[in-house]
Amino acid sequence: MNAHADLGANPKPPVDAARERPSDRLPSISAENITVAYSNGHVALENVSFDLAAGTICGLVGVNGSGKSTLFKTIMGFVRPTRGSIRIAGMPVDEALKANLVAYVPQSEDVDWNFPVLVEDVVMMGRYGHMGFLRRAAKEDHAKVSEALERVGMASFRKRQIGELSGGQKKRVFLARALAQQSRIILLDEPFTGVDVKTESAIIELLRDLRARKHLMLVSTHNLGSVPDFCDQVVLINKKLLAAGPTETTFTQANLEKAFGGVLRHFKLGGADLHDDDDRRAVTVLTDDERPLVFYGENGDKRPGSAGKK
Amino acid sequence: MSELLVPFEYNYMVKAIWVSGLVGATCAFLSAFLMLRGWSLMGDALAHSIVPGVAGAYLLQIPFAAGAFIAGFLASIAMWFVRQQSKLREDAVIGIVFTSFFAAGLLLVSINPTAVNVQSIVLGNILGISDDDAFQVVLIAAVSLAILLVKWKDLMVVFFDETHARTVGINPTGLKLLFFTLLSACTVAALQTVGACLVIAMVVTPGATAYLLTDRFGWLLTLSVLIGGLTSMVGAYLSFFLDGATGGVIVTLQTLLFLAAFVFAPKHGLLAARRPHASGGSAQ
Ligand SMILES: Nc1ncnc2c1ncn2[C@@H]1O[C@H](COP(=O)(O)OP(=O)(O)OP(=O)(O)O)[C@@H](O)[C@H]1O
Ligand SMILES: [Mg+2]
Repeated sequence: MNAHADLGANPKPPVDAARERPSDRLPSISAENITVAYSNGHVALENVSFDLAAGTICGLVGVNGSGKSTLFKTIMGFVRPTRGSIRIAGMPVDEALKANLVAYVPQSEDVDWNFPVLVEDVVMMGRYGHMGFLRRAAKEDHAKVSEALERVGMASFRKRQIGELSGGQKKRVFLARALAQQSRIILLDEPFTGVDVKTESAIIELLRDLRARKHLMLVSTHNLGSVPDFCDQVVLINKKLLAAGPTETTFTQANLEKAFGGVLRHFKLGGADLHDDDDRRAVTVLTDDERPLVFYGENGDKRPGSAGKK
Repeated sequence: MSELLVPFEYNYMVKAIWVSGLVGATCAFLSAFLMLRGWSLMGDALAHSIVPGVAGAYLLQIPFAAGAFIAGFLASIAMWFVRQQSKLREDAVIGIVFTSFFAAGLLLVSINPTAVNVQSIVLGNILGISDDDAFQVVLIAAVSLAILLVKWKDLMVVFFDETHARTVGINPTGLKLLFFTLLSACTVAALQTVGACLVIAMVVTPGATAYLLTDRFGWLLTLSVLIGGLTSMVGAYLSFFLDGATGGVIVTLQTLLFLAAFVFAPKHGLLAARRPHASGGSAQ
């Protein structure tokens, strides 16, 4: 299978290299036929292609081990594809990183938690791409750090040493760092895992803001229920690309069953369970994680919404 | 009273005090980084790895410091490379690389017995250092210190989170190469002041002491450099009265400071840990 889906809600940015500074270019990610194999021979991605343009929040959905994190690492250039290529804003990966175009929040942080840095120092590291040779923080940098900490609700923890936080709090600090970085492309690998619902809503709100300002975000998640809430595009993978496109047409029961097979918990309530009258419509609940996804309609064909959010 | 000022009447003492202070400060700067990544023993490993370089330098009639630096640099690159390519832990990697270098050194020395003045390598000889050597040491230390002062924040990000360093446009590989080059150079410099056995103390103890006193990397560097610099100057001064063994005096002073911090440090000290509600003062 070699699906090549054009996901751009907006047209691709003009490939006009001499136009302006690279960091001012419209963000875009284009994966072309990438195949990724790890050193143990395991092929984690096979022939995956997709295009994402500015002003998009794209949900990346798949079972454990389907290659979501691998895809992020490939976009970041930590894992090199054995075939195919990735271009960010029309540039090779390394150039895009040099231009501070991409912020990345990994699934798990590989850092020394005993490192003598405070929460605010970590978030300030997000600003380094905006600073000069000596990395001296200007007023604006301090303001952005405070703002980012405020957004993730960690402002009162700013003087804590980084290891003295709970798991969810640590996660929020690294989110804040990505926000302070102000890159136009943000990659978030399971940002909501271990984060409470209030913070999750705040982060989603924030991502929407960024979308309105023509940023591009790729977010992997197991919270299927919140995907229709904030993602306008989705990519479903399981080693290969299963489906990609706008949420309304791609995030369907049929595609999800393809992505999750028997793994998904699946409840179908209908007929007498649901209605007093002779109504053939049924509620279908698909769940991979905390928030179930609900389909309602005769064949589950109604636009999906999230349960528990009504 | 005037007896205490006697050392300053001797040119060689004044020179020794300043040179030691500068070397001590630079090593302390490096120690702040080494300690954090489990590379603490690297200083010791480098000091031993330098032996084949020194022996080789005598064989080839090139300057002692050049041979030492090349060997040290190769050893640190080898350690880093093995660490990257395998999943071996730092301690194993350091052990493997430095013993193989040290063995090669011993082999060279045994084949060519007249080669090395072991005494001055093991114990250092700052009080008897020649002007040329002193100049060399000062140059190495000063240049290293200057580079570190400019690049410490970039190095901090690389040591803390390499992944993130890349996303803000920092080149981690280049910076690590720079760091290990400086480390090798400073090990050679420290070797001439305190000797091979005690280099390890110079590149570990000040950073470890400062680590107990603060949670901010900037402060850690400042404290570490102050500790390293001052103990080295005072140590050199005291060694006038104690007749030689400068390295021993310096390291003893550093150890005493470490012990003091270990017991009395406000947050991470032994007493603070015993006190209930000791670690207040951070966020609410
Ligand atoms: N460093 C590695 N070396 C070898 N194989 C790996 C490595 N990392 C991941 N894999 C394998 O590659 C496949 C994809 O892993 P990946 O981490 O991308 O999955 P994922 O979709 O992020 O899963 P999850 O939902 O659990 O985070 C898995 O089969 C995994 O076992
Ligand atoms: Mg993953």
